Amino acid sequence: MNKKNLKADINFRSAGKKLIWYLVLSIFAVTMVMPFIWMVSTSFKDAVEVYTQNPLDLKSWMPDKFLWQNYLDVFKVIPFLKFYFNSIFIALSVTLGVVLTSSLAGYAFSRLDFPGRDKIFFAYLSTMMIPGAVVIIPVFILMRYFGWIDSYKALIVPAIFTAYGTFMLRQFFMSLPKDLEDAAKIDGCGYLGIYFRIILPLSKPALATLTVFTFIGNWQSLLWPLLVTNSIDMFTVPIGLAYFQSQYYLVNWTLLMAASTMAIAPIIVVFLFAQKFFIEGIKLEGIKG
Amino acid sequence: MRARSKESLAALLFLGPNLIGFFVFTFLPVIFSLLLSFFRWELIGAGESIFSNLKFIGFANFVKLLGFHFQDGRFVPNDPHFWYYMYNTIFLMLTIPIGIIGSLVLAIAVNRRLKGIVIYRMLFFLPVICPIAAIAVLWKVLLNPDFGLINSLIVRLGELLGLKLAGPSWLSDANWAKPAIMLVNLWMTIGGYNMILYLAALQGIPRDLYEAADIDGASSWHKFRYITIPMISPTTFFITIMSIIGGLQGSFAIIYILTGGGPANSSTTIMYYIFTNLYEFQKAGYAAAVAWILFVIIFVFSRVYWKRGGRLVHY
Repeated sequence: MNKKNLKADINFRSAGKKLIWYLVLSIFAVTMVMPFIWMVSTSFKDAVEVYTQNPLDLKSWMPDKFLWQNYLDVFKVIPFLKFYFNSIFIALSVTLGVVLTSSLAGYAFSRLDFPGRDKIFFAYLSTMMIPGAVVIIPVFILMRYFGWIDSYKALIVPAIFTAYGTFMLRQFFMSLPKDLEDAAKIDGCGYLGIYFRIILPLSKPALATLTVFTFIGNWQSLLWPLLVTNSIDMFTVPIGLAYFQSQYYLVNWTLLMAASTMAIAPIIVVFLFAQKFFIEGIKLEGIKG
Repeated sequence: MRARSKESLAALLFLGPNLIGFFVFTFLPVIFSLLLSFFRWELIGAGESIFSNLKFIGFANFVKLLGFHFQDGRFVPNDPHFWYYMYNTIFLMLTIPIGIIGSLVLAIAVNRRLKGIVIYRMLFFLPVICPIAAIAVLWKVLLNPDFGLINSLIVRLGELLGLKLAGPSWLSDANWAKPAIMLVNLWMTIGGYNMILYLAALQGIPRDLYEAADIDGASSWHKFRYITIPMISPTTFFITIMSIIGGLQGSFAIIYILTGGGPANSSTTIMYYIFTNLYEFQKAGYAAAVAWILFVIIFVFSRVYWKRGGRLVHY
């Protein structure tokens, strides 16, 4: 075989390999995406059209007519905007609270010396091993005792103080060099100044990761809002969807799919902007473990 | 001395908000729920009156959950539900090895230098960021026995092949509810956290290891078996332990929407049992006892796995 043929042969083989990888990737991609496309296409369909579809016929993936009305109808049947407001308000409040209290506590644990510091930190650490179910039961009872059931307080306040956020930020702060702080101290900068002007600006990646994780985690949450809300006006998007589903599963899928699409779309937009922090955050997790 | 007390005061102010919240909403509840598991407590009323039905019963909750009694010539569990739900929980966890292998395959695939690979990565990751409730609602419709996408596909593919195929009733069939939930779980998690963790691990393997193997004429399989697998073993270890801990307390949202634990309790897990005890039966003490048993299982498992499994890891 001469040189030219050999080269062509290698090219041919690597192209074949590429093709196989693309095939594997595409099979998975289709499996992942098909349900979503079906969801969006169904959300625009006529209620009867859903029952006559043939998934092997590409034409039946396209609604006969795009019924935007389905989306409007969702708002008539359930207070979806209110669910949205609740979810966003709660997720934002919790995220703000978590980042604030965790970073303050993380600073104290990583940079300040005080009696009992390591013992308290150990208490934080040991609770991270305990399943959420163990903690949820007494906190649920506490909410009833406080009379907080069916209020924003129950959905926000208990979620703000996490051992996990404190732990994560404390670890990150520990890794920051001390020289800058020493210089700032000589310049007469107090603890608060160091926290705001040095620690926080240097920790943007960790803060962003915690923000994204907390926000998405809270947006996802189903069990806790289920326990502490009763009235439709207090429902979050997940609970609202679950409730809507229980009423409409046998009645009208198109509305159900329109509601699901509306629940999913914004979080995908957020993800597109925040994906870097998200992916980096997961990698951090793995290294820590 | 003055500087030290000033520092302590600052620490108190910085730590204060978090510490109070941590004490009230995490630390005390842990202790409280341990005590609670020795009580019977029907949660009726609110405010002060919530305590009216509290009664100390010693180990009775645990005896009921874990004990057996002799009846009609054989030993019968005091709470057969508990054992059945334990079985369901473990059954649902059978997807863990498939999921881990799948995530590894996907990670290897998206680690190729191919055009548009970033888009594939994002597509695989998509289900993880979507609200689980929306995913569950979507799959409930997809799995509808008569008009859902899955069964329509089965029927139409059958027609194409000249066969008369019919899909199972999935969520309304006690034999198929668990496999259906496993399918959804697998679909939801295969391209998620584990894939990203594996991807990071793969990218962390030094290239010269492969180059050295190439010089020795190693085959792709040999490189995979003797370089890739050992080099990513810490990640595999981490993923396995997290998946099992997660699996033991997982899938609540999916089950709540897809089946509500049914049909005939065939998809009720331990976590779901805690929820129904607390929320529907209002039996707080019993729920706490189940939760603590779950904790002990997770704790013992993590300990053993940490000690044993640690040896399988090559650093």
